[in-house]
Amino acid sequence: MAKIETLDANLFYGDFHALKNISMQMEENTVTALIGPSGCGKSTYLRLFNRMNDLIDSTRITGQILVDGEDIYRKNINVDELRIKVGMVFQKPNPFPKSIFENVAYGLRVNGEKNKSYIEDKVVQSLKQSALWNEVSDKLTKSAFELSGGQQQRLCIARALAISPSVILMDEPASALDPLSTAKIEELIHELKKEYTIVIVTHNMQQASRVSDYTAFFYLGELVEYGQTVEIFTKPKLKHTENYITGRFG
Amino acid sequence: MPKPFYKKLFEKIIEGILALSGSITSLAVLLIVIFLFKEGLGLFNRSPISEGYVLAVNKSNPISKIDANLVKQIFDQEITNWEKVGGKKDSIILFHLDDINSIYTEAQIGENLENLPTCISNVVDSIGGIVAFVPKSYIKSDFKGKVIEPVNITPKEFLLGKEWYPTAEPSAQMGILPILLGTLWVSLGAILLSLPLGLAVAIYMAEIANARVRNIFKPIIELLAGIPSVIYGFFGLVVIVPLIQTVFNLPVGETALAGSIILAIMALPTIITIAEDSLRTTPRSMKEASLALGASRWQTIYRIVIPYSISGITAAAILGIGRAIGETMAVLMVTGNAAVMPHSFLEPVRTIPATIAAELGESPKDGLHYQALFILGSILFIMTLIINLTVEYISSRNKLGKR
Repeated sequence: MAKIETLDANLFYGDFHALKNISMQMEENTVTALIGPSGCGKSTYLRLFNRMNDLIDSTRITGQILVDGEDIYRKNINVDELRIKVGMVFQKPNPFPKSIFENVAYGLRVNGEKNKSYIEDKVVQSLKQSALWNEVSDKLTKSAFELSGGQQQRLCIARALAISPSVILMDEPASALDPLSTAKIEELIHELKKEYTIVIVTHNMQQASRVSDYTAFFYLGELVEYGQTVEIFTKPKLKHTENYITGRFG
Repeated sequence: MPKPFYKKLFEKIIEGILALSGSITSLAVLLIVIFLFKEGLGLFNRSPISEGYVLAVNKSNPISKIDANLVKQIFDQEITNWEKVGGKKDSIILFHLDDINSIYTEAQIGENLENLPTCISNVVDSIGGIVAFVPKSYIKSDFKGKVIEPVNITPKEFLLGKEWYPTAEPSAQMGILPILLGTLWVSLGAILLSLPLGLAVAIYMAEIANARVRNIFKPIIELLAGIPSVIYGFFGLVVIVPLIQTVFNLPVGETALAGSIILAIMALPTIITIAEDSLRTTPRSMKEASLALGASRWQTIYRIVIPYSISGITAAAILGIGRAIGETMAVLMVTGNAAVMPHSFLEPVRTIPATIAAELGESPKDGLHYQALFILGSILFIMTLIINLTVEYISSRNKLGKR
C-alpha cells in the first residue's frame, strides 16, 4: 500500500481550476520531488496532504486523497491528528517568537503532552535529528530569532520532527537559504528518508535530482510526468519535461 | 530647460502654506498647554478665604494661622473649642455679620452703617472666644481684634484633600482626591468591562469571522465611534441607570458603575480597531506553522497570535483608558456627580472632566474656584499625556523587538 495516494484530485480556488485530475502514489520512506514553474500547482498539491488549503476561503476539492489508505477529506476526520501525522516545513523559516526549546516543544505542548522529562528528551532528540543540537545545545533558552536563517530552518525541521510524524512535507525548504545551509538541509533529507516519507517542492532542478527518489513534473495544474528521478532527469518520456529540466523554458 | 519663474514661485507658495499649517497646529497645542497651566498655577499660595473677607479673633487669642480645613470644621461647629486647634481652653463663638443686629440696634449702627466697623471691633474685643467672618472693608486701622491668616492652599493639600467644596464659606475646600479617584475608578471599571469584550470581538474579527461577516461588523463598530457622547449619556440615563437601580436595589442608579458601562461601550471601537489591526499583523506563516503542528485554531490564537500582538493589544487597552478618562458629557449625565470619596462602584462619583464642565460656568474668572478647575484640567492633560507616551513607548519597543 502506498503511503500517500491521490485519485483524480481536483482543487478549485473559486472558479480557478488549480489542480486537474491528479493521480499519484508515493511509497513509504522515499523522497518525492514536485517540480514545475511557478503557479503550476505543486505547492497547492503538497498542501493537500495536511489540509493546509482549508485555511483559504472558497476552495473546493474533489477526488480522493489517501494517507495510509485513509481518506483525509472524509467527514469527521480529526484534522489536528492528521497534521500530527503529516508534518510540514515551510518555504521561509518561520520560528515562533519563543525560545529555541519552546519552539521545538510547541507541537508536544499543544497536543497535550505534560510530562516534562519526556518533552525535554524529545526536544533534544529532534534537535539532534535535525543536526542542530551541536550549535544550540548551550543556548536553548535564547530566542529562536537569534539563529541564522539556515539554523532557523533546521529548527523548523526539528519542530516538525518533535511530534513524530510519519510524513514530512517540505515546501521549498531551502529557497531562502545560502548554498552552505542548503547543503546541510539536503544532507538532512537523506538522513530523514530512513524514517520518514518526504514530499518536497523545489524550484531547483539540481536539488531535485540530488535528494529525491521520484520526481513529478507539474504544469498548469496538471501532472505532466511522474517517475523515478533518474529516469526523469536522464531520459524523460515527454519533450515538455525535457525542455523544462534543461532550462529551455520555465 | 529651466522652469519658468511663475512655476517656481507657485511651488514656493505651496510649500510655504504647507509649512505654515504644520507650525500653526503645533503652536496651537503649545498655546493650549501654556494657557492651561498659566491660568491654574495662581491657585497655590492664595488664601482659601472667600475674597474680600477676613477672619478676626480676640487679640488675646494666641492663634495667628489656621488651616482651611479647620476653618470649615469650626464654622460647621464640628470643632467647638479653641483647644482643638492649638489655642487656649475656651469655647469658640461664631460671629457672622448678620449677628450684629442682635447685639446693636439699628440706631447704634447708624443709618448708613457708618458705625459698623466700630461695632465689629467692640464685639470682637469683648468676647474672648470669638471668631468673626466679616468683610475686609470693615476692618479699620483702629480695629481692636486680631486678623488671623489662613494657611494658603498647598499642592499637597490640593491633591490629597478629601473635600471638594470650592465655593464654601468662609473657607473653600479644595481637595481633589475624591474627583481624582472618581475619574480613575470610573475609567478602571470601564477598562475592566471593555477590554475582555473588545478583545473577544477583535479576535473574532481578525481570526474567525469570514470576510462577509467582517464587512458587516466593521462599519457597525466604526459607527459606534461616531455616535455623539451626549447620545450615549441619554442611553445611559434612560436604560442603564434604571437597570442598575433595580438590579442592585439602590436608592439611585446614577453610580460609578453606570459611568463605567457607558465608557466601556464608548471605548469599545478604539479597543476593537487597534487590537484587531495588531492581531492581523501576525504573519500568516506563523499561524500556518502552528496549525501544521496539530494545534487547533484556538490554540493557535492564544499561544501564537495573542503573544505576537500583545504590545498592540496593550496599546489598545491604554488608548481605551485614555478615551475613558477624558470623556465628559456621558459621564456627567450618568454618574451622579457627588464629589465624595468613592468606596464602591455602586456609589455616585464625579470625574475631572465632569467637574470642569459642570462648574466652570459658575466660577468667577480668576477666582479661586476658577483656578482650581484649571489645575484639574492640567492634571487631566498630564494623565492623557502619560497615556500617550506609554503607548508610544510600547509601540516603539514593539518595532525593535520583532525582526
